[in-house]
Amino acid sequence: MSAASWRAAMNSGARAQAAASLPRTVPPRPPVAAATLDTNADAPRWLRWLWARVGARHVFVLLFVLLFPWFASPFFTYQIGAQSLALGIIALSLTFLGGYGGMISLAQMSVAGVAGYMVAIFGASGTAEISLNWPWWLVLPVALLIATLVGTFIGWLSVRTEGIYTIMITLAFGTGLYYLALQNYSVFNGFQGFQQVHPPVLGTLNLRAPMPFFYLTLTVALLAYFAIKYLIRAPFGIALQGIRDNPRRMNALGFNVTAHRVAAYAFAAFIAACGGVLLVWYNGLITPGSVGTGWLINILIIAVLGGMRHPIGPFIGAIVFVVLQNFAIDLIDRERFNLVIGGVFLVIVLFSPDGLLGWWRRWQARLAAVQPAGGVSQRPSSRI
Amino acid sequence: MKRFWPWFWRAVIGVPIIVFAIWALADNARLFVLTLLNSLTLASLYFIVASGFTLVFGLMRNVNLAHGSLYLLGGYVGYWVATSTGYWVLALAAGFAAAALAGLVMQVAIFRFMQGEDLRQTMVTIGLSIVIADLLLWGFGAQVHQMSAPDLLAGPFRELPLIRAYSKYRSMLIPIGAVIGVALWLFLNRTRVGMMIRAGVDDRAMLAASGVNVNLVFAITFAIGAGLAGFGGVIGAVELSIVPGEDSRLLMASLIVVIVGGMGSIVGAAVGAIILGLAETYGLAYAPTYSVVFTFVILVLVLAFRPRGILGDAR
Repeated sequence: MSAASWRAAMNSGARAQAAASLPRTVPPRPPVAAATLDTNADAPRWLRWLWARVGARHVFVLLFVLLFPWFASPFFTYQIGAQSLALGIIALSLTFLGGYGGMISLAQMSVAGVAGYMVAIFGASGTAEISLNWPWWLVLPVALLIATLVGTFIGWLSVRTEGIYTIMITLAFGTGLYYLALQNYSVFNGFQGFQQVHPPVLGTLNLRAPMPFFYLTLTVALLAYFAIKYLIRAPFGIALQGIRDNPRRMNALGFNVTAHRVAAYAFAAFIAACGGVLLVWYNGLITPGSVGTGWLINILIIAVLGGMRHPIGPFIGAIVFVVLQNFAIDLIDRERFNLVIGGVFLVIVLFSPDGLLGWWRRWQARLAAVQPAGGVSQRPSSRI
Repeated sequence: MKRFWPWFWRAVIGVPIIVFAIWALADNARLFVLTLLNSLTLASLYFIVASGFTLVFGLMRNVNLAHGSLYLLGGYVGYWVATSTGYWVLALAAGFAAAALAGLVMQVAIFRFMQGEDLRQTMVTIGLSIVIADLLLWGFGAQVHQMSAPDLLAGPFRELPLIRAYSKYRSMLIPIGAVIGVALWLFLNRTRVGMMIRAGVDDRAMLAASGVNVNLVFAITFAIGAGLAGFGGVIGAVELSIVPGEDSRLLMASLIVVIVGGMGSIVGAAVGAIILGLAETYGLAYAPTYSVVFTFVILVLVLAFRPRGILGDAR
């Protein structure tokens, strides 16, 4: 063992300190909160549980997203709302992997793309020679299953590496899939991809219309969000965060580090696959460009932009990304969108590693710091 | 028994390759030899670009994902110099210098302030690659720029046995790649700066403690690594062509080369580049729609059995 690696091994605790800014499952609330709750001890348990955890901002955000399509134009509902949610779901899978598992995988968009391609290949599309035209209730499970398997396989290969190696290897896989889709005409239909991939019509409900589609993506997004909120407090999620902070110690404690990581990849792949299906329905088409390097990195941008500290981050990042994408044309030439988004990303990474959420939290902390300071200044000076 | 497994794996990998080679030689010897030459020339381009990548990574643990953009930058600058002055050698020097300068600025202005934060450095290089690629698209447009070979190397070698003719420029790439490889090896193993770089790879803090200006060593390494990407860009501008999108292609090639060959090792980059060049070119020649799959299979096999690459160390 060389001196450097020995020191690195001894310093793994220091790395955990450096990782103090990473998301952590909140410890149980202090008993003070419980004491205040005793005033309404006769209320049912679930109501008290809600009361302890749901704040005004949660209710406000939930009401806002639920009522959004009723006061927004179809353009905002579909292009901004639904697209942000679909992209947010894919970025959410990266936030889960990166923020809680410590593994930044750039292949999440590829997994989503596999799901999209499978929907196009097994379901109906404009390319009748390849598409198998199965009914949608059969296509969906098959597409999700295949994409999850692909994501798990990528994860199984990537967990042998750590940190930046993971980024490189998943990027190589993602780019490889892009070139496969580009060059292969018998299955992936090459450069053209698949057009006219539409969501099913359930009875009289056309899921393609803006409002139903928005509620569909919203439902999936909420399910994914709460699934991850639950999972990071479950024993599996706690163990995963332990592995992120110090794999050696977790290994010594008897946790199977590799198995936990692969399981995290599998779960993230499933979330990404759900987002991929929604995205292909949103676009109505899938081409190799949808899984190209640009989009692999866009998902990382969305996740980092919002912040990887909390599962709400990717959705905030996605809204900023989609709004910039749609309105950058007013600021600067439409062709220069990459410059705008790349510049914003660079600024965020350089000045606020925790993304917009980090900014918000620092701003809150500053407000909290100012208040007591103000109180001090109001003290009568004659005392001193 | 100890001797058995290595030979078993050599046989598992080697026998199909030998069988394929014999079949291909018997079937169409000209195609086989041409493909071999093409894959070696492509490998030499990959080696030049990836050796810079692996050099920067080996010393600084910095995955420079803007490496492909530096390649593109070198290519465009080389094209511009070549069309305005007409000297290919000048274009090579300009491509190297432009990319080296860009790399130097990146190191001095940004990476110096985030040493040891691998993930953040990687993210910054991603952001930089987007911005640089878009600026180049803005400046040079989306059309294909094809640089012509210098007069000395224009046209083919004629009346060769079996393959009849082969491009002079392409055949010169193999010696160029070899010369750069040997020069890098000598630089790293026989000079004082190379010694410092190798010492920095092993133990950065100890090197600083023994009185070496580590930041200067880092800046030199980054400039050389970036410059090699720009150099490769000028070579690639003649061999392939220079067009937006090539940056991600060369970045992926560099990634695969260093993953397969082992990170931070020049010899590993050479081995990886040859393997990738062979897999890609033979795949394109014999199974066009599935050529990427071969690259993939190699990547998966290497990762499954040697996660640190063929020549990667076990640290």
